[in-house]
Amino acid sequence: MKPFDFLQPATIDEALSAWTDGAAWLGGGTNLVDLMKTGAVQPDLVIDITRLPGLNAVEVLPDGTTRIGALVTNADLADHPEITARAPMVAEALLSGASGQLRNAATVAGNILQSPRDAFFAHQEPASDPLASAGSLSVLGAEGTATAVNPSDFCVPLVALDAVVELQGPDGPREIPLAGLHQLPGQGARTALRPGELILALRLPPEAAGFAANARYLKVRDRTSFAFAMASAAAALKIDGGRITAARLALGAVAPKPWRVAEAEEILTGQAPDPELFARAAGAALAGAVEIGGNGWKIDLARRTAARALAMAAAGTPARIPALPASPFGTTAGDHAHA
Amino acid sequence: MSLSITLTLNGATRAVALDDMRVTLLDLLRERLAMPGTKKGCDRGQCGACTVLVNGKRVNSCLTLAATLDGAEITTIEGLAKGEALHPVQEAFIKADGFQCGYCTPGQIMSAVGLIAEGRAGDDPERIREGMSGNICRCAAYHGITRAVQEATRRMAEEQKGDAA
Ligand SMILES: Cc1cc2nc3c(=O)[nH]c(=O)nc-3n(C[C@H](O)[C@H](O)[C@H](O)COP(=O)(O)OP(=O)(O)OC[C@H]3O[C@@H](n4cnc5c(N)ncnc54)[C@H](O)[C@@H]3O)c2cc1C
Ligand code: FES
Ligand code: FES
Repeated sequence: MKPFDFLQPATIDEALSAWTDGAAWLGGGTNLVDLMKTGAVQPDLVIDITRLPGLNAVEVLPDGTTRIGALVTNADLADHPEITARAPMVAEALLSGASGQLRNAATVAGNILQSPRDAFFAHQEPASDPLASAGSLSVLGAEGTATAVNPSDFCVPLVALDAVVELQGPDGPREIPLAGLHQLPGQGARTALRPGELILALRLPPEAAGFAANARYLKVRDRTSFAFAMASAAAALKIDGGRITAARLALGAVAPKPWRVAEAEEILTGQAPDPELFARAAGAALAGAVEIGGNGWKIDLARRTAARALAMAAAGTPARIPALPASPFGTTAGDHAHA
Repeated sequence: MSLSITLTLNGATRAVALDDMRVTLLDLLRERLAMPGTKKGCDRGQCGACTVLVNGKRVNSCLTLAATLDGAEITTIEGLAKGEALHPVQEAFIKADGFQCGYCTPGQIMSAVGLIAEGRAGDDPERIREGMSGNICRCAAYHGITRAVQEATRRMAEEQKGDAA
């Protein structure tokens, strides 16, 4: 690791004015420190933002907006009663990501800004990262280029629920939809963040809570727990009188950004929920997918994952997040006998 | 650059002069504070061998920069027992055969202590396995580990009830 200087500012103003070229913000560090160890990122100055005041709260505003501070940990957010009540698929997605230890350190902002796993290969043999595999190339949004998928589980339900990112930078505050935070090849940098900009908070609009009764995140991975997604989907429905009155569908691990599919949402809206409808919507969601590097299986997998997530959402949000969050497997048979 | 931090390590206040900002909590413990109980497996957050408690929460010490920890309270495997009296999680690992070679064990035990405090798993084996999935055991002692965490969870709940009465 390259040597660096370290600062731990006590206020947001102090943090913003400490920024220089070659600096990096440090949240929980679970992505940045990992990247620094491989040499993929080599900051001259690390600015620890975890002591900044006022960025640690989850609050519901009078209009029903949920505002989530950038420094709330992934673990605390997943357990927060307002999140499990208003956006249960966000909690399920968080709990399906990483491990208990990592979620205790990882922050909201750090999660949504985590690097694609190929960043780790910049200075390494690909084979040395057991968490990445052939499945990590985008089949959507990459125009046939070999571009790694966005690995965040958290971002998938967030984009389905129209989350907004609040930023503060050298030129003052601004906000952008989460859907515009990550950029596709050809759009320039990997994210739309400007140099020196800090994420201060995320907002879920009041409508998000309207989907809480029928919302699931489903994640298919190489092993049941503690693995990145091969394909995932966040599905949320509003069902009234046997008809879907509103639908949200986003896919994970298939594109360089969390992938919202408006076409599928249109197909679902106004219809009675049934497996044939879900298969048709899922088919539309993957219609533009392009195989790369022999990963055609990922297209099939994503289509089936989307259809299954819709069926799970239609069946209703479980009262408690399942023992295996976002898993296609129900509770497996008891404790294994030691053979 | 250099930086002085103060932290509480297993109950004792320690002033630490850091001459290099790259030092992780894991390397600080093992190489500078003579606390080698915490193990290094992957150094990348992937195995859990380095798990310690920071301000009561389990984290991977290999991804934690020591410089960030001014004022923090750290508990390592060396800080669990009270003299000769083992912590209930340590006792349960011995009783339930929660290890073979023992290399992952300090991390497993610290992770279990953290998990039990989080209170999400209870004594449900499926939730325990899920909650402990950040700790890899190369010897695959998982069966015993799950039983040990179940056992310790029950015992600690009983002791708490006893204390309250
Ligand atoms: C072994 C392992 C397994 C994992 N498995 C999964 C998984 O299954 N699913 C999943 O979704 N994720 C997974 N992750 C990734 C994990 O979720 C991220 O590492 C974590 O969420 C990053 O959060 P952090 O606060 O630690 O970020 P940091 O490492 O602190 O920061 C990440 C990036 O965000 C920037 N940043 C941080 N905060 C701000 C801010 N407020 N404003 C502007 N920029 C900021 C940093 O400069 C850096 O570029 C895994 C990670 C590891 C190591
Ligand atoms: S050494 Fe820290 S997780 Fe492996
Ligand atoms: S006991 Fe050997 S690695 Fe777990």
